[in-house]
Amino acid sequence: MLLSLEPRGYESRPMLWLSPVLAALLTLISGALLFASLGHPPLETLRVLLIDPVSDLYGVSELLVKALPILLCALGLAVVYNARIWNIGAEGQLLIGALAGSAVAVHVIGWESRWALVLSLVVGTLGGAAWAGLCAWLRTQFNANEILTSIMLNYTALNLLLFAVHGPLKDPEGFNFPESAMFGDATRLPQLFEDLRVHGGLYFALLALVAVWVLLQRSFLGFQIKVLGLDKRAAGFVGFREKRLFWIALLISGGLAGLAGVAEVVGPIGQLVPQVSPGYGYAAITVAFLGRLNPIGILFASLLMALLYLGGENAQMAANLPQSITQLFQGMVLFFLLACDVLILYRPRMKGWGRKPQATALEPEPAA
Amino acid sequence: MDIDLLTNIFYAMIRTGTPLLLVALGELVCEKSGVLNLGQEGMMLFGAVAGFIAAFATGNLWLGVVLACLGGMLLSQLFALVALGFNANQVATGLALTIFGVGLSSFTGAGWVGKPLAGFEPIAIPLLSEIPVIGRMLFAQDLLVYLSFALFGLVAWVLLKSRVGLIIQAVGENPDAASAMGLPVLRVRVLAVLFGGAMAGLAGGYMSLAYTPMWAENMTAGRGWIALALVVFASWRVGRVLLGAYLFGLASILHLVAQGIGLSIPGNLLAMLPYVATIVVLVLLSRDAIRTRLYAPVSLGQPWKAGH
Repeated sequence: MLLSLEPRGYESRPMLWLSPVLAALLTLISGALLFASLGHPPLETLRVLLIDPVSDLYGVSELLVKALPILLCALGLAVVYNARIWNIGAEGQLLIGALAGSAVAVHVIGWESRWALVLSLVVGTLGGAAWAGLCAWLRTQFNANEILTSIMLNYTALNLLLFAVHGPLKDPEGFNFPESAMFGDATRLPQLFEDLRVHGGLYFALLALVAVWVLLQRSFLGFQIKVLGLDKRAAGFVGFREKRLFWIALLISGGLAGLAGVAEVVGPIGQLVPQVSPGYGYAAITVAFLGRLNPIGILFASLLMALLYLGGENAQMAANLPQSITQLFQGMVLFFLLACDVLILYRPRMKGWGRKPQATALEPEPAA
Repeated sequence: MDIDLLTNIFYAMIRTGTPLLLVALGELVCEKSGVLNLGQEGMMLFGAVAGFIAAFATGNLWLGVVLACLGGMLLSQLFALVALGFNANQVATGLALTIFGVGLSSFTGAGWVGKPLAGFEPIAIPLLSEIPVIGRMLFAQDLLVYLSFALFGLVAWVLLKSRVGLIIQAVGENPDAASAMGLPVLRVRVLAVLFGGAMAGLAGGYMSLAYTPMWAENMTAGRGWIALALVVFASWRVGRVLLGAYLFGLASILHLVAQGIGLSIPGNLLAMLPYVATIVVLVLLSRDAIRTRLYAPVSLGQPWKAGH
């Protein structure tokens, strides 16, 4: 290999934040090459994908509508991932939030009071938290790997939701479509502006952003969570209670995902449908890493991800490209990020250029 | 329950268990060498779509099988580069591989959704296939199922009886000691990851060329993840991987059983069964933390660089 990696011996702060930017750039370049190879004009297509969708006020509002659930889920994931608890289950927690919130909403359809909305939101949030709590219980009680249980619970949640819209929650006057009845006005989140779909859920997202920032950067609980993630044994030695932290982190994460789900159904959708989420919970994984598990970074990353969702829809209509371009870019950017992260601890060096690393070439293979 | 139903259930159990067996064997070898690749689902999907397109375009099913394997290997190479070459976190890299594979397969296969393909047909072996119940189960399957039996034998022999198996295990148990003995730790791990990719691709190919000969987005429906649980279930022992794969196969066709004995449970609830069963099995097996620690390869999931 002409290019070799040399340990820096420290963590490069600039690279920590440059790496996501680099990853985004590399994704754009690969995207352009991909479009060119498929016979689409590359720059034109990138414009259709990334600029056209937000060229007017309506587009910006749609961007916020899409960014909201992703942001909420990713903020929750930031909490668990900081503790190195690999919750892959935001998608399932979101779906259960939507399901639980809807179950309440169809029962209070006649209510005039705003308490209907509050009740739906609370039950939805608790639903998501409970679904994540299941992972915490399985892990703390039975030592079952949370990656596998949370992903299995995603599939279980999706099937539960499908069961509900085909069965108990199906609108009796809905011509047999697998959908619930439209919720009452008192249960719906208000729109912030006339004619735009951006809704009151935005306040929750901003609130959650501040809360998670305070939790992670300024609170003792957040400190404990981070220590648990960095060195489990150390956390044990100083007496942090691992199981308790597991529970708290997962409940917060699940609660935020549940809130995202219920805010979708009582917000822009207005009823329970099978396609509540086009994979927001999975997108949030990419967003959490791209944002460096830091709430501010996550805010920007979730806007970028929402843009990719809008762009995917736009690319399908305007450039006749498959909508799955969204997932493709999602995967690419995460991959490039992990690859670029090597530069945080190592610096690239061309062989035979500049200062020669002294003597290392002559050293025999270290024995241990 | 009559004998015909039983025959059908056992036959279907092997068919549904086959993709699980293939991925799980690949992942087993990979984990034995100390690498945890969570990207199985993504590699399976890309294998499925690559195999389907190749078979559809050329009309040659075996070319499809080869392309499916190559597709899986291509993705596993990306994993090897980032997780082993750049020492990135294996959990995160595996997740990235799955997300990428899901996107890439949907993108590539967008024009092929729902196209019909004449897939692998069952081939009954004369005489043997006429044995009641197990005849149809073992000797009236399609060629890829027979191939999976052969691959199981091969992996079992390599892991249990061969020098290569010892090398893989040495690298997975104690990479430092293996390296000191002069074993090329990284190269062994990369090869194990590539083998895992080929097996996952093959499993995907089985889905799109034999099991349900067509392409649909996310058609593997979490089988890659179930296979990961299967390896834990098997406590990293190859014989139990076989047993587990068919047990999980059985769990996913329980709706047939339910219909057979006249139960009416909504389809969506029955569809949850394999996932719930996976969780239950994980709970039963992981409860004893010491047991898991005894059987899991010691360096599983830990990055390793020469001289550290």
